[in-house]
Amino acid sequence: MNIFESFRLAFNGLNANKMRSFLTMLGVIIGVGSVILLVSIGQGAKSYITGEIQSLGSNLIFVMPGKIEFGGGQHPSGENKLSLDDVRLVGKKSKYMEYVGADIESSDRVKYGNKIRNVMVYGVTSNINKILNVPIVKGRDITESQVGGARKVVVIGKTVAEKFFGSGEPLGKRITIASQKFTVIGVLKERGQSMGVDRDDVVDIPITTAQSLYGLDRVSFIMGKARDSESVDPAIKEIKQIMGKRLKPNEFTVSSQGEMLGAFKNILSILTLMLAGIGGISLMVGGIGIMNIMLVSVTERTREIGVRKAVGAKTYDILIQFIIEAMTLSVLGGIIGISLGTGVSYTIKSLSSLPSEVTVWSVSIAFFFSAFVGVFFGVYPAWKASRLNPIDALRYE
Amino acid sequence: MVNNSNPPSNSPLTKGGTSSSSPLAKGGDNMNSPLAKGGDNMNSPLAKGGDRGVNILEVDELVKTYKLDGVNVEAVRGISFTVKSGEFISIMGPSGSGKSTLMHMIGCLDVPTSGRIIIDGEETKDLNENQLAKLRNQKIGFVFQTFNLLPRATAIRNVELPMIYAGLSISERTKRAREVLERVGLKDRLNHRPNQLSGGQQQRVAIARALVNDPAIILADEPTGNLDSKSGGEVMFILQELHKEGKTVILVTHEQYVAEHAERIVRVLDGKIVSDEKVTDRRKSDNNSEIVK
Repeated sequence: MNIFESFRLAFNGLNANKMRSFLTMLGVIIGVGSVILLVSIGQGAKSYITGEIQSLGSNLIFVMPGKIEFGGGQHPSGENKLSLDDVRLVGKKSKYMEYVGADIESSDRVKYGNKIRNVMVYGVTSNINKILNVPIVKGRDITESQVGGARKVVVIGKTVAEKFFGSGEPLGKRITIASQKFTVIGVLKERGQSMGVDRDDVVDIPITTAQSLYGLDRVSFIMGKARDSESVDPAIKEIKQIMGKRLKPNEFTVSSQGEMLGAFKNILSILTLMLAGIGGISLMVGGIGIMNIMLVSVTERTREIGVRKAVGAKTYDILIQFIIEAMTLSVLGGIIGISLGTGVSYTIKSLSSLPSEVTVWSVSIAFFFSAFVGVFFGVYPAWKASRLNPIDALRYE
Repeated sequence: MVNNSNPPSNSPLTKGGTSSSSPLAKGGDNMNSPLAKGGDNMNSPLAKGGDRGVNILEVDELVKTYKLDGVNVEAVRGISFTVKSGEFISIMGPSGSGKSTLMHMIGCLDVPTSGRIIIDGEETKDLNENQLAKLRNQKIGFVFQTFNLLPRATAIRNVELPMIYAGLSISERTKRAREVLERVGLKDRLNHRPNQLSGGQQQRVAIARALVNDPAIILADEPTGNLDSKSGGEVMFILQELHKEGKTVILVTHEQYVAEHAERIVRVLDGKIVSDEKVTDRRKSDNNSEIVK
């Protein structure tokens, strides 16, 4: 008997029990679909976050308060000891840094006339938009002397500009932040959405102004830009040395953009694997469903097996018939699962900012794994069927 | 050895023995059996099959022992007989006599505990499982009491089944299945499923399936057991027709009436042969006859 006959027999067998075949297949469909979907979400999150980090600019170096170890460290305990003095010191002494700046991050109510918005308020040093590559499209950026004098000036994001002033002129207008009046001196270039947050719904004020506004004497982050890519590593060493004179080693962490990128990539790879694992478990459950149904099928068709043997079916013919039946269930389920998972993944991509990515490897692994599931869980019932003694099979009631 | 001598030797005997000759059939009712016995193996008056000669089946000292709840049950205890090509024999016995077990072993569905079966020159003991499957496929055609058709397959698909395992192409299969189904009178039922057919029609599908690979032996196990007398008559008619065409038919039954459709009856009781005789007054079925039970 040739293989096409085996396929025809398998299809007839499955066709005879459409509902049951479908429900069995559903297990594989859900399994394969969830592998594809979850992996695509994990992959999407990974490429999204790495993209975000890369979009910040290049050769960036961050100094964070406390001791942070990427890839399995603990968050810092104790108080933040980073101050503007550190920023000035590093800026003055460093040979490898082009810019050194800092910011304070807060969220506050901003008012213009009767319009009120909740926006992100950044207290920044004058060079922060140069470090982060955000040009001013209108007006001017905050200057060093405005930082020095803790002036009440503000650079606004595009969304804030649109909401408050529409197509009107924002420069020179006065807006209220935490009951203080600020003069708009510039508008930032549009940056778009990021992780569901509008990055143009922001205002920048001088970091010194922010400190007095919120009663702080510390900064959230120190960040800077090395002169070039070769300078990144020596710059980190240098900063550690300079700041080490003022702070204990566990009071600050110096990290490059590359290190952060690597750390995030690691975390997200683990996340992706975990998601794939969850999908894998449901795929296995689907496989057990196939095995269950094949065992039922063998029992139910014992007489049929007897008849087939009586008219000349060999052990191999019976074996291959049942294996192909199981494989057809799982491969068909696999194909439907792949299309479904891919479809949902693209829907997520188009409806949200998460760029879910269906990867070739997840599709091929899911496909081969589903075929494997069919063979693996089909072999035992098929073997059981093929071993039946013809007369015992025929007599089976 | 009998071939040439049969017709000539018979007529002198007949003439010499009595004034009545075999064409005088009815009067010769009682004359026939002494004649046959006197003629030793030369039993030609009844059938063409007799002079086809070759042993198609040899059963030698066959024993089958089952273990049932730890107790050995001897279903068949030393049975020997031979069937010649073209013969139509009945194996008869009450239920529990071991006749079905015997038939299953002849059909290679079951393995004997000891003894030999030779089918068309092949010693079954020497064959492995795949070779046995091939032998069932090529040399044996089964007809079962319960038909044993595949319930979800149409008549034509059921008849195709042995040819699938014989490796025939789909066009060849369809063609032959159609021909054979037409022969058993089911031309209009090709695409009916078993549950759309009467018992008699189902059994005719089963006979078509048994015939389709042109087997050496047709084994029919109580083929009329589940049928009404009219359908039973039709089935017996078909078997007799096949026999006339030269097929070897082995029929297993517990009914004297059915058994008498054959040329020879082997009676089995408690796993042993108790008699092996020619049928003196063969019953004939035509397409409309009924089996009277």
